[in-house]
Amino acid sequence: MLAQIAFFILSAVALVSAVMVITRRNAVHSVIWLIVTLFSVGGVFLMLHAQFLFAVQIILYVGGIMVLFLFVVMLVNLDVSLKQAQFSRQWQVALVTAVVLLAELGYGIYQGQQAFPLAQAGGNPIPMQNTEAIGLALYQDYMLPVEIASILLLVAMVGAVIMAKRKFE
Amino acid sequence: MIPTHYYLLLSAALFTIGVVGVLTRRNVIVILMSIEIILNAVNINLVAFSHYLRSIDGQIFALFVITDAAAEAAVGLGLIIALFRNKETVNADEIDLLKW
Repeated sequence: MLAQIAFFILSAVALVSAVMVITRRNAVHSVIWLIVTLFSVGGVFLMLHAQFLFAVQIILYVGGIMVLFLFVVMLVNLDVSLKQAQFSRQWQVALVTAVVLLAELGYGIYQGQQAFPLAQAGGNPIPMQNTEAIGLALYQDYMLPVEIASILLLVAMVGAVIMAKRKFE
Repeated sequence: MIPTHYYLLLSAALFTIGVVGVLTRRNVIVILMSIEIILNAVNINLVAFSHYLRSIDGQIFALFVITDAAAEAAVGLGLIIALFRNKETVNADEIDLLKW
């Protein structure tokens, strides 16, 4: 019961703040609301017993990516765009598309819910602590993907530096 | 005990909000933030199924999605800075040089 209350509060906060992110006129406010969304998604991770991902979400997303976003929002001059229209001309079509998408996803989940008992979990619980299990999986089964991810991060870092350089030579 | 389809519904709703943001906003920075919302919705799905199937693999995949999100944010914000330096705008519909 307590878990359900916590879940509903977390999802309500996540959804409301996500709506605030895409409706605010000032991009700085959007960033702040996005931080609220990320925190509540982290709370959902915690409810799913994914403690390590919760920590990564807070440190990497809220501490890293959001600071990057705030820097760029401060860097580019947004005073002009504050007075302009916030939504593009295709917003009606986009809204209809989104409603259709949500209906489709909801219908699929509603049908699948009866097809197999989602409330009950299958198999044995993971026998180790969460961080220990993730560390073992990362460095045993997922060795190659970790290396590929590190190369991806290197490429992204070089790409970001090249993109933000003042002059192309 | 919360049924897994609650998590899936939350994820679907967050995903749709992100799609609405990507499709309707003009500000490129807000579009990037909507993409972050979409990636977070995907992560909720992965972790929910990881919990449901009692397998750690979903959380590993969520970790890789977060890595990708970091890379994407770095490159995307670099692009936005380069764009703003050249065109003095952050509006997506004014960047239409490659549009038919």
